[in-house]
Amino acid sequence: MKPINSITGIAAPLLRNNVDTDAIIPSREIKKISKLGLADGLFAEWRYSSVQNRIPDQNFILNKDPFQKSVILLTGENFGCGSSREHAVWALQEWGIKAIIGKSFGSIFYNNCIRNGLLAITLEEKIISGLIKNVEENPSDNHIFIDLIKCSIQCCDKEIFFDIHEKDRSLLIEGLDEIEKVLIYKNNIDSFEADHKKIRPWL
Amino acid sequence: MGRTLFEKIWDKHVVESFDDGNDLIYIDRIFLHERTGSIALQNLHDRNIAVRNPKQVFATIDHIVDTIPGRDDETLMPSGKEFIKSLRSSAIRENINFFDLNTPEQGIGHVVSPEQGIALPGLTYICPDSHTCSLGALGTLAWGVGSSECEIALATNTLIKKKPKSIKVNVNGNVNDQVSAKDIVLYLISNYGANGADGSAVEFGGNVIDQMGIEARLTLCNMSVEFGAMTGIIQPDEKVFEYLRGKKYAPTLDQIQEAEKYWRKLKSDKDAEYSEIIDIDCDQVGTFVTWGTSPEHAIDLNEKIPSLNEIDDETKKDSAKKALEYMGLNEGETLMGKKIDAAFIGSCTNSRLSDLRIAASILKDKKVSNGVKAICVPGSSKVKKDAENEGLDEIFISAGFEWRESGCSMCFYAGGESFGLSERVISSTNRNFENRQGKSTRTHLASPATVAASAIKGTIAFPKDLKEDL
Ligand code: SF4
Repeated sequence: MKPINSITGIAAPLLRNNVDTDAIIPSREIKKISKLGLADGLFAEWRYSSVQNRIPDQNFILNKDPFQKSVILLTGENFGCGSSREHAVWALQEWGIKAIIGKSFGSIFYNNCIRNGLLAITLEEKIISGLIKNVEENPSDNHIFIDLIKCSIQCCDKEIFFDIHEKDRSLLIEGLDEIEKVLIYKNNIDSFEADHKKIRPWL
Repeated sequence: MGRTLFEKIWDKHVVESFDDGNDLIYIDRIFLHERTGSIALQNLHDRNIAVRNPKQVFATIDHIVDTIPGRDDETLMPSGKEFIKSLRSSAIRENINFFDLNTPEQGIGHVVSPEQGIALPGLTYICPDSHTCSLGALGTLAWGVGSSECEIALATNTLIKKKPKSIKVNVNGNVNDQVSAKDIVLYLISNYGANGADGSAVEFGGNVIDQMGIEARLTLCNMSVEFGAMTGIIQPDEKVFEYLRGKKYAPTLDQIQEAEKYWRKLKSDKDAEYSEIIDIDCDQVGTFVTWGTSPEHAIDLNEKIPSLNEIDDETKKDSAKKALEYMGLNEGETLMGKKIDAAFIGSCTNSRLSDLRIAASILKDKKVSNGVKAICVPGSSKVKKDAENEGLDEIFISAGFEWRESGCSMCFYAGGESFGLSERVISSTNRNFENRQGKSTRTHLASPATVAASAIKGTIAFPKDLKEDL
């Protein structure tokens, strides 16, 4: 995982609630045992007017100019709810999304984001609507700058601060592999396990 | 201050607490399936990391395998076979417990696990699948994770995680046999929202839960993720202990007394603190069916679909509008009497023996309405066999249902079999998302009884109307 300090780029408004992982990547778009080759299936049902022939639906936000180049998604409540498939995160990343700003996230999806270096930020709906307004009013100048060191979002001369759990922030900034991080505690795990199983032999 | 059941199990599994509020949690059981487990095992292997405790790891084939009788590794889903073969070879290589196709233990993971005694009270349990929360019904601390988190657990038997808040949902009142666990949970989600629990651990309690059988509790906990919860959990009681006795992976005879003694202590303290307490009066719960594309879009069949100007929140109103368009329904109309194209009984929510028994009691000596495609997929090979021993298969088949091999089947569309374009399906599953069961398929979630009754009428119907006909 690459360390991340900041993210900057175009933000696309996708203000829906309960965008589920089936919508982010339909199950039938997952064809191989791989994290790759998923971008083409991202939001397939919404992005294509004919999924089979891959004809883009020009009404879908990510097909419109300049949002084909978005790196940030602005969204509503409970984004990424539903199936635990991590392919939703891999597909978003492969397509080019680096950060998602939403009112809330499905909890498995949120964890999947952090583990893969996709920044997920929770903000109040009012603030997200404000960001969307800016983005929509100035489509040619809608760059958002997210600073993970300062925990702030800069957009159209405004600076908004956000909260993120310190562990998630440091995982993203350090880009550390979590298995390696956990294995620092291998001895503790070994001795915990030995006691744990002694008291509960049915494990 | 007292602690909740969830907190007590959590605390028993803390290997290390960090300054930032996170814990390193020990994971007792890991369950995998071919859809997401294959990639976790493959990635570990590619990195040359071994599974730490293969005995604590289990795997089944459920998601993309066909359920048509006579099935094998070939699947209707293009490339599905690759997932099956990959899981099989990884499972053999890593020496984990594996329930292959055509073995008596095979079935949907969340159905297999309780029936084999793999999920036990007081254990921590993860699976790269969101409905892992089902197993809270046995007092297991079980939750769904992604494939990468699963890799960490496979390699280290631990995960770094922050303890979530606990919410209590009390379900009290008169239990009437018209109201199932599915109705109760749809009522809960429709009242408090699909993100009502906001990542918390939800503890279910109350006299209705006490009286519920294990299988109904599994249905209830299964849907806690549709309520936005990290997991659902129920205090394990004598019913649970009785249920687990003699199961293949449950404590052996010489361990059982000690285990039960430990399990009996697993309960929330009287002064435990919850971030929220929700009280549900079961007398208010009727027959619930969804009208939209989120489980929160559910109504009592006696009521009408809400009109859009009753919804204050603009985003919610917009979602409801989109949902109605997708479902081909209008605001303010009733669901009762809506013509259906198909009826589906299956999935980890409602495909256990008790579900099939209830459906069969309605289907007995009746016929599925002309033109309705009706399918029953038992949740596991064991459920299928037990149902056949009772003759339930004959009831389903003579009513006009297809009787399938076990698996997830048409609970979700992976590119293989699906319901038709814009078909209206009444389904005992847990997700009514857009395109979940097929391209533009319109899913109405309901209990198995409601699905069976609707299959006979050919329209969305009350189960009790048919029971009275008997
Ligand atoms: S039955 Fe449906 S919800 Fe349950 S595990 Fe299978 S696909 Fe998921």
